[in-house]
Amino acid sequence: MKKLILSTAALALTAGIAAADVVRMGTEGAYAPWNFVNDAGEIDGFERELGDELCKRAELQCEWVKNDWDSIIPNLVSGNYDTIIAGMSITDERDEVIDFTQPYTPPDPSAYVALSADVDVEGGVIAAQAATIQASFIAEQGWTLIEFATPEETVAAVRNGEADAVLADKSFLDTVAGMDGLVMLERMESIGGGVGMGLRESDGELRAKFDAAIQSMKDDGTLNALIAKWEVASQW
Amino acid sequence: MFSYCVEPDTLEGLTWLSCYLTTGKHMGLYTSVITVLVLLAITAPVALLFGFGGATAARSHFLPLRWFGKGYSAIVRGVPDIAFFMFFVIALDQAFEWVRHQVKCPDWPDAIRQGNDFVVCAQAKLPLSTAPEWVHNTYAFFLAVLTFSIVFGAFAANVLFGAMRAVPQAQLETAEAYGMTRRQTFWRILVPQMWVYALPGLSNLWMVLIKATPLLFLLGIEDIVYWARELGGTVNARFTDYPHGDWRMWYFLALLVFYLGFTKVSEVVLDKLMKRLTHGQATAGGEAQRRAKA
Repeated sequence: MKKLILSTAALALTAGIAAADVVRMGTEGAYAPWNFVNDAGEIDGFERELGDELCKRAELQCEWVKNDWDSIIPNLVSGNYDTIIAGMSITDERDEVIDFTQPYTPPDPSAYVALSADVDVEGGVIAAQAATIQASFIAEQGWTLIEFATPEETVAAVRNGEADAVLADKSFLDTVAGMDGLVMLERMESIGGGVGMGLRESDGELRAKFDAAIQSMKDDGTLNALIAKWEVASQW
Repeated sequence: MFSYCVEPDTLEGLTWLSCYLTTGKHMGLYTSVITVLVLLAITAPVALLFGFGGATAARSHFLPLRWFGKGYSAIVRGVPDIAFFMFFVIALDQAFEWVRHQVKCPDWPDAIRQGNDFVVCAQAKLPLSTAPEWVHNTYAFFLAVLTFSIVFGAFAANVLFGAMRAVPQAQLETAEAYGMTRRQTFWRILVPQMWVYALPGLSNLWMVLIKATPLLFLLGIEDIVYWARELGGTVNARFTDYPHGDWRMWYFLALLVFYLGFTKVSEVVLDKLMKRLTHGQATAGGEAQRRAKA
């Protein structure tokens, strides 16, 4: 009898440990090549591959969750998922609300795409996704900004003439430049401090695990290989 | 899906389209159509029930209950839907988890609120983070039904409250004269006769409810408008076997047809229902029916 109780207790304990090990990864699924939904309807892209590899190295079991960009931080702090891995640049503003791992891509300049190469960005109307570093950059400069909920809509606004240019991560704009007469401007803006994973401030342990996993991928060069494969950023 | 879909870039015309429309991504769209229909099918009766409860409470002779009924419909109707859907659902979810936390982990040493974070013990999470994806989806769906029902129940409460007052006073007095109790008068005289006055308002609510379903995406449920935007957006050949430009117009056109068709069907059904309810009533419509027969 005692043995039975002991083994049940052990079982319950291990079950408890296993329960703690499922990490839910929140992403947007609309920002190729970082994260997007592939033909099969699954989340795919640089961050899918990176996240799966990080979970393997940190010996965590991970599940992917799609969430709207607008509510991606409130849903993290409320505990609906455990990490944000959605091309989110590390900024002081966000760092006050959530914590970040070390960056997994270096800070890269943001680029403009417009219908002609000689657009005056300072006097024109610039489109950007709401709640991004690009949107707050334009607002700080005092230029005319129009915001959209999704990256796709920002580009569509340039295509239909609603905006003169769109400001976004260069790797994202690379996927649209050259189509429908869209060209990338020479001017770039150095904003943002690299892209990292977002976690709750109370989740220090999980952050340490991902930090270590990112460091090990940086050390053995696999991270650089992944960056090159998906053409998301410059290398380390 | 089909065996000939292995190399989509060699296909053309209808064969290409048949492959394109059966990708896993499009299955997400078709599933979301079913999700929306199921949501409507569950929400409508539940909201009506909430509304009936609210209206009955607002008529109660017991003061606190009357306050509750009037307060419910006044407050919920006054809060903008989008604010309600953004904040109420997160608060509701946290309330459930808070209660579970108090019950399941009374010895938990840490605070639940840590700065911006809301942290409960792993056993109190709803659903458990180990639960399969469908449990998470069902839970989100349940929260959505509850939220929609509370919002639309408040409007329905107001409509039904008005309808109850529209039933001719003479009917109620006659019931009393026959010696019916308050309860009997309510169930046998008032409720059967009020629907004809409530239906125009309720059918309006139903139409608004149909159009409010895109708010589902705020609750983390992928609805048809989300998928139309997602599928219609430009896709680069690097990320798909079916590259195309901005096709959102076509997807939204399909949505337009879907919503208009749905509205039309609803109108036909509601008209039939109205005819049936009017039968034998002391209203202008009931009078017209009687004349047509005679």
